[in-house]
Amino acid sequence: MAFGPHLLLATLEGLVTAAVLALTALGLSLVFGVMRIVNVAHGEFFMLGAVLAWAITTVVSGNPAIGFALALVLSPLIVGAIAWVAERLVLRRIEYNPEATIVATIGLLYIIQQLALTFYGPEARPVTPPFNIRIQLPWFGYSGYKLSIIAASALLLLATWFVLTRTRIGLVMRATQYDRETAQAFGIPVGRVYGAVFALGAMLAAIAAVLIVPIQQAHYLMGLDPLLLSFIVVIIGGLGSLRGTVVAALLIGVSDGIISVFFSPTLAKIIATLVVAMVLVFRPQGLFGTAAK
Amino acid sequence: MTDRNRFFDLGKKGVTRRSALKGIAAGAGLMAAPGFVRYSQAQSSAPIKIGFQAHRTGIGAAYGRWYEKTTNAAVKLINDAGGINGRPVEIIVEDDGTDPKRGAEVVGKFASQHKTDIVYGTLFSHVVVGSAPTAGELKIPYYVVSEGYHVASGKLNRWVFQPGITDVRAQVTSVAPWIAANLGKKVTMIYPDYAFGYDHRDYFTPAIKAKGGEVVAQIPIPPTESSFTKYLPQIPSDTEVLYHVMVGPGVLTFVKELGEFYGSSKPQLFGFIDSLEAVDINSPGLEFLDGSHFWEGSPRYAQENDSEAQKAYRAAVGIDDNGASTSDSKDVSTAAHMFGCWETLYVIKKAMEDSGYKGPGDRAKLVEATEALKEFKEGPEHPQGDKIFNGKIHQVFGHQNISKVEGGKLKVVHRTSIEDGMYEPEADYTTQPL
Repeated sequence: MAFGPHLLLATLEGLVTAAVLALTALGLSLVFGVMRIVNVAHGEFFMLGAVLAWAITTVVSGNPAIGFALALVLSPLIVGAIAWVAERLVLRRIEYNPEATIVATIGLLYIIQQLALTFYGPEARPVTPPFNIRIQLPWFGYSGYKLSIIAASALLLLATWFVLTRTRIGLVMRATQYDRETAQAFGIPVGRVYGAVFALGAMLAAIAAVLIVPIQQAHYLMGLDPLLLSFIVVIIGGLGSLRGTVVAALLIGVSDGIISVFFSPTLAKIIATLVVAMVLVFRPQGLFGTAAK
Repeated sequence: MTDRNRFFDLGKKGVTRRSALKGIAAGAGLMAAPGFVRYSQAQSSAPIKIGFQAHRTGIGAAYGRWYEKTTNAAVKLINDAGGINGRPVEIIVEDDGTDPKRGAEVVGKFASQHKTDIVYGTLFSHVVVGSAPTAGELKIPYYVVSEGYHVASGKLNRWVFQPGITDVRAQVTSVAPWIAANLGKKVTMIYPDYAFGYDHRDYFTPAIKAKGGEVVAQIPIPPTESSFTKYLPQIPSDTEVLYHVMVGPGVLTFVKELGEFYGSSKPQLFGFIDSLEAVDINSPGLEFLDGSHFWEGSPRYAQENDSEAQKAYRAAVGIDDNGASTSDSKDVSTAAHMFGCWETLYVIKKAMEDSGYKGPGDRAKLVEATEALKEFKEGPEHPQGDKIFNGKIHQVFGHQNISKVEGGKLKVVHRTSIEDGMYEPEADYTTQPL
């Protein structure tokens, strides 16, 4: 294959990775930014989103698009509810102590993963995409559904940005992030905000998973990779910075696509990890983050 | 009974502590003697304990579940027919998490804690390679139902056997001539980037060359990869046959992306069913496989010329004509591999009977008896077909099936002979001390 089309394919692949990664990492970044905690179970919420999407599309018969649309709405809502309950029952009780939270969310990770293994099983199960269009380019064919993931992700990111910057809910969240105690003094129910943010973070991961599952099957161990990549993105982008998360996701996603097409996937991972190390050394707050107070 | 009397007289006569100890020792000796009724009875009816190292969790869990079902079905039949040497068989399952480190721990646990007679049942090659040294150190026979060339290569030790399933080297050697004759001579290989994939690469490449073919590209893929489109441009355009073998949950994505990439102008496909075990061949996205060919150890779909033994085996394990569970048609089995559990258990039975196996003290005798086995006849104990066992390399040789995807089913189009897969042995375990 000639260089031009080869590069186009690499870029397309990279953009799909970046689109899904941006949504997942944004969820982690929100929780990280507002609540100042590390949610190690974030990848399992991603997995849960995919598994639920499979369950919902299996129950609904008829046109695959109906089942998929339903999954896109219901799956994040269920995952959000589970995350909210976990936050109320576990994280609130340990008062968001950073070390205890890490241990607690590791426990949550295993509980969710093993429950998925028990009730869903060890198989990788496919979900029918809502539509099957193959776009034939002069050099190779490409999945129309994959292109739609990029568009859907961009829309969702815009929506999140709108909520965070232009609505009252967003204002409350930002206030809590900026200064928890002052926010509380001004009558903001910080506890409820925390619950909502934790649920929202999980929902973003679940949406990303529903989008990716028609091209990547639901499997109970699928949560690890998105978790690691999300951490990389959040560290590079800066804690709690929406813009930073999107830019870093694009950077990691597209460079991963291009480097792994032209060189090797292992080299792509090496470079991503190296970038994280460099950012930590030279700009610990991340590309777009603000220095810790 | 004099000893007993002295024992009972102990209190009255005030004997010395030394003679009392003597009496106790003698009593203990009596109890340990072969004639002691209660003990010998306990031994004859005590079950033979087989430690089953199962992939209940981790990447191999889908395989592990069906390995367990097959094992239970075979053990039930063995026990119904009187067990082994008149003793019932008991399976003790430990989960190894499809992890080599835990695998080694599990072998240790079987030997020292459960005190099983043998260890059995591992599939994933890295777990076998990780566990084999522990089995060798503890001198406990270790019967694997893996597939890799690691047993036959001589790299493991005298305590490890693979008597129920053929190895990758034999498999690829026997299918290569058929590929060259029927599909094409220019082959691109796509395989997982670890030992199992390297076995394919290292033994298929010379095998196809010997038949006038050529491997034009070798594309290793990391086992954790979830998206494959980026590898597809590496496939040379003059490729006639795409040889794919992959293990892991990403295989559906792989096939789907292959379909999107190629459309209708695709090369011939030859795959190893390993990728699609426990996966419905009619899953959305797999339409692209229609008309392509697969290696199968034992056919997933019932075939027209199935033997009575094959039918009985399928019924006992509980799979229908489509290779799915009789209780849930969506629950597809790992039929191409799991027969190996069934056949391995019958090999263990045979070896234990040949050696008059009584307990862990006879483990070395059991190893020698297994090495002495030569061939297994097709029948209820070996439903996949007859086999030849090589005691020097602890590896069995058998028939392979090549199946074509037709109308949403896999139909066997060619069955290789046992000789097709034979190769010059590179090792001799029998020279190692027991």
